[in-house]
Amino acid sequence: MAVTEVRISLHAAGIAPKEIAEKIKEKFPDQVVDVAEFRDQVSVIVKRDQIVAMLRYLHDDPLLSFDHLQDLTAVDYLNKKDVRFEVVYNLYSIRFRHNIRIRAQVPDNDPKISSVVPIWAGANWHERECFDMFGIVFSGHPDLRRILMPEDWEGYPLRKDYPLKGFEFEKDWPGFTEVIKRSKELREFEWEG
Amino acid sequence: MIDTSTMGLIQVEEDVKILPPNIIITTFDKIINWGRLSSLWPTTFGLACCAIEMMATGASHYDFDRFGIIFRGSPRQADCVIVAGTVTKKMAPVVRRVYDQIPEPRYVVAMGSCACTGGMFKTYSTVQGCDSFLPVDVYIPGCPPRPETLLEGMMMLQEKIRNEQARWSPWR
Amino acid sequence: MEPAEKIFETRELNVNMGPQHPATHGVLRLVLDIDGETIVNVTPHVGYLHRGIEKLGESLSYFQGLPLTDRMDYVSAMSNNIGYCVAVEKLYGIEAPERAKFIRTIVGEVSRISNHLLWLATHALDIGAMTVFLYCFREREWLLDLFEMISGARLTVTYPRIGGVRNDVSQEFLDSLWKFTDEFPSRILEYETLIDQNRIWLLRTKGIGVISAEEAVSWGMTGPTLRGSGVSYDIRKHMPYDAYDKVEFEVPIGTEGDTYDRYRCRMLEMRQSNNIIRQLIEKLPPGPVMAEDPKFTMPPKDKMYPITHPEKDLAYFILEKACKGCGMCLRACPAKAITGEKKAPHKINQALCVNCASCLVTCKFKSVTVVAGGKGLSEEKLAELAVAPDQLPEDIKQAQQYLTRQFEFVKKGPKVPEGEIYVATEVPKGELGFYFVSDGSAKPSRMRVRAPSFIHAGCLPRLCEGHLIADVISVIGTIDIVLGECDR
Repeated sequence: MAVTEVRISLHAAGIAPKEIAEKIKEKFPDQVVDVAEFRDQVSVIVKRDQIVAMLRYLHDDPLLSFDHLQDLTAVDYLNKKDVRFEVVYNLYSIRFRHNIRIRAQVPDNDPKISSVVPIWAGANWHERECFDMFGIVFSGHPDLRRILMPEDWEGYPLRKDYPLKGFEFEKDWPGFTEVIKRSKELREFEWEG
Repeated sequence: MIDTSTMGLIQVEEDVKILPPNIIITTFDKIINWGRLSSLWPTTFGLACCAIEMMATGASHYDFDRFGIIFRGSPRQADCVIVAGTVTKKMAPVVRRVYDQIPEPRYVVAMGSCACTGGMFKTYSTVQGCDSFLPVDVYIPGCPPRPETLLEGMMMLQEKIRNEQARWSPWR
Repeated sequence: MEPAEKIFETRELNVNMGPQHPATHGVLRLVLDIDGETIVNVTPHVGYLHRGIEKLGESLSYFQGLPLTDRMDYVSAMSNNIGYCVAVEKLYGIEAPERAKFIRTIVGEVSRISNHLLWLATHALDIGAMTVFLYCFREREWLLDLFEMISGARLTVTYPRIGGVRNDVSQEFLDSLWKFTDEFPSRILEYETLIDQNRIWLLRTKGIGVISAEEAVSWGMTGPTLRGSGVSYDIRKHMPYDAYDKVEFEVPIGTEGDTYDRYRCRMLEMRQSNNIIRQLIEKLPPGPVMAEDPKFTMPPKDKMYPITHPEKDLAYFILEKACKGCGMCLRACPAKAITGEKKAPHKINQALCVNCASCLVTCKFKSVTVVAGGKGLSEEKLAELAVAPDQLPEDIKQAQQYLTRQFEFVKKGPKVPEGEIYVATEVPKGELGFYFVSDGSAKPSRMRVRAPSFIHAGCLPRLCEGHLIADVISVIGTIDIVLGECDR
């Protein structure tokens, strides 16, 4: 049988998150802005300039070996923090079983950051979704276009200044308003009882 | 009930109305409507969670086939469309296009709260009810409606078809 | 005669598949660039079911956001709820009691079996084996009846709650589930007899969608899709939650990384889940099923019975001396039974009062009181019998406190400490991660759902390279996507 059932023998739980944060601070001292801890999970808040080099170090280093990019997303801190956006990378090492979170600050006036697709191929769709929902441009991405909203949608829905219920009918997406208008015209040809 | 006063029918005797020029339509109505309601073929249009309940209704426990309902893949060969699930603004042109491709006589069943009124998703991307661009015949509420509810909804649609008058005739 | 090159030319064809298509698992649209029958490139277009769940979660409290998670991966709704509850519990810093953890693990595994049954049904139906579809749905009906027995709903249950589960399981449920686990292995054997060594199945699944272990990890795959390629990553073993560290089970790992191995992984997982459920039913400990944390969880319903289910009918009465005339109870009353002007003592119209206790919990000046057996008495009699709220019997006072807490919870939600958290759980499709950012209020500042189907749908171009059009259907079946989760 090609598939076997195994009792997974696990590596003992890896390096403590605080130590990993220390290692990052050592390697990139001028990039780290802050280290935050909450409920045993550590986030390292960094500037966006050398994010690819930092993540490549985390991926390639034989003792850290963060091979699994669990999640790549963005958060909008409108009016709560100085820098508006933060791109959040949740990393996990399948070999050593430790994890870390990297938060890269992205300002509002220039929402750009380098793409990490060369390191993890799965970041492709994650970054497209960030662009679609927040408007953050990932430079070096092979195919940056909208993914969840229609291609010609205007606005970035998950930003805090975008209304939950959307805009009124007149300002809505033209693909939808056209369907409604056309269906109203065709209604006179429908069977009425 | 259907308002027959505007159709210009003439009452000959009790329960028999005829169209000018002198065609007796009731028996034709009965036969043709019976044929249509006994073999309603919907086109597969499962969008979200309600699609799973639709599949469960089609499986062997709550059988759809005993009502004559067979799911057809292509809208050109179908009679009705069961919109099962949330309709989003990106999907609305597609739904309308599939509906336009179904030949007459055609019916629309809105299954589930999301198709009836948008459900719990009052957001920027959800259409608040598919009746904004489709003429719906039967609304089936529920989140998702049980298979028995869907069967009851189809039976209501069959009742509606049974009471139709002269939908087959070229003078409508 | 013109040269042959001018008459015959080969072009690549662009074929659109979906979003309405009987084979796709929801509204997935694929644009295939094909050269004859061979695929050159596949471009998936998703987003046809994007309902804005993440944005909606930001405007609802954590308790209100729970039903949203049912509708994401609607095939295995319990697992989504469990993932959400485990994440929010970690954010709050509370823990569910033992019995609740065991029950959650049991229903999580039942939901895993139910998901794999539906996966097998649709995968086999797409490839052509229609009987398997009917057999799997027959089993699934049993499981959905079990869900209905404990929670009232078949598909979109909201049974696991923050702090535990909604209500206890009955003995009938456990007996029926035990009987199911007795019979299930023979049913799995039925499905395997139909397709496992079937020549057509082998031809259509062996060697299709092959991906190596390093590439699979790089593409972000998780769950059985990843384990088919030989990577032993199962969150139930790596980062156990609930009662997974108290049961013994094995995890199937594949070798080739093709569709057949992923299929075998899931079939063996069904057997393992069966085993886990049996162990858990035997070890189920007694105890409460909801955590009792005064800050974060709902109070127990039976302690509120003196007010909600009193032995004698209660009449609600406003004491004239204590009432300041602020008008808060007037606004809170849903039956519009309270009248009075500003700064003047208010009065409750006994004929209209529906005994909902909204005035009781809203009044900050302790002027609303209850009179046991007072329904139908006149105003003067009530004024005689009414005592100040401090002097009411103990059980009614405690019930009033609990009721106030419940009203606060349901209306606004508890205030959550500031911070952020990412918790991943193993749902049947892969790794479901919830990332919450809390700013100290009752609503999340950011609710992010890391959906496995979204990542797997992104791997379609890599998996379909060089295969034929019919193999695309096999690949969509094997990566097990559900568009509700993919688009959120």
